[in-house]
Amino acid sequence: MAVKTPAQSDTVSTDRIEKRVVLRAPRTRVWRALTNAGEFGTWFRVKLEGAFTEGSWIRGRMAIPGYEHVTLEMLVERIDPERYFSYRWHPYAVDAAVDYSAEPTTLVEFKLEETEGGTALTIVESGFDRIPLARRAEAFRMNDNGWAGQIKHLARYVE
Amino acid sequence: MSSKRGTAALRLTDAVPLFTALGDATRLRLLGRLAGGPLSITRLSEGTGVTRQAITRHLHALGDVGLVRHARRGRERVWDLNRKRLEIAQRYLDHIAAQWDDAAERLRAFVED
Repeated sequence: MAVKTPAQSDTVSTDRIEKRVVLRAPRTRVWRALTNAGEFGTWFRVKLEGAFTEGSWIRGRMAIPGYEHVTLEMLVERIDPERYFSYRWHPYAVDAAVDYSAEPTTLVEFKLEETEGGTALTIVESGFDRIPLARRAEAFRMNDNGWAGQIKHLARYVE
Repeated sequence: MSSKRGTAALRLTDAVPLFTALGDATRLRLLGRLAGGPLSITRLSEGTGVTRQAITRHLHALGDVGLVRHARRGRERVWDLNRKRLEIAQRYLDHIAAQWDDAAERLRAFVED
């Protein structure tokens, strides 16, 4: 698998997201934060039950305010120690009334490289073009509720 | 951080009519059908249990915010998704990307301590 150097937000793709960050921490530390389910849950804000194992599902309840009703389900694809970690999930599956299980998933990949001053982490999420347009449009309907409060807050702030 | 949020909220305020048009199950279903290509009102009404008149109203609501447009195909009037189709996909991606930005910053705080 070739690790592409991401160009600076020049992508017009609607299929994938790619992020690259340099973390001032050793690769071993970053690897543990990504692949120890408890540590992952701490920064990602999800209470995962169990451990990440290749080919297995892992579930947990989101701990992000406004998303506590969401149960996250991840299917671990590959764990290549200190280099590569990937899983599949249903993106933005936040409507508790919807059964997403029959819908296509996206693939989330974490790639680690040692770099000057720390660890370069590349996060790629791909496969969005297979997600139905109506589902993508729905994200804004769902969002609108969540953001309505923020917009009100902003209105108070600027008035 | 808070200024970034403010910018996002302002952009959203501009987009409220778009969200309002999308905030309806029938209209989302129409968009889903049009994703496959242009269709006549007759075809769009099929199997919806909604009258042609109601479908027409919904299409105009979507047309008002630029999500769909109509054209003549022979003697038939067909409706099609506007290039906004791409924009929906792009905005969705922007939204997910923003969530990853937040997650990456939380990871940074977690490992750099």
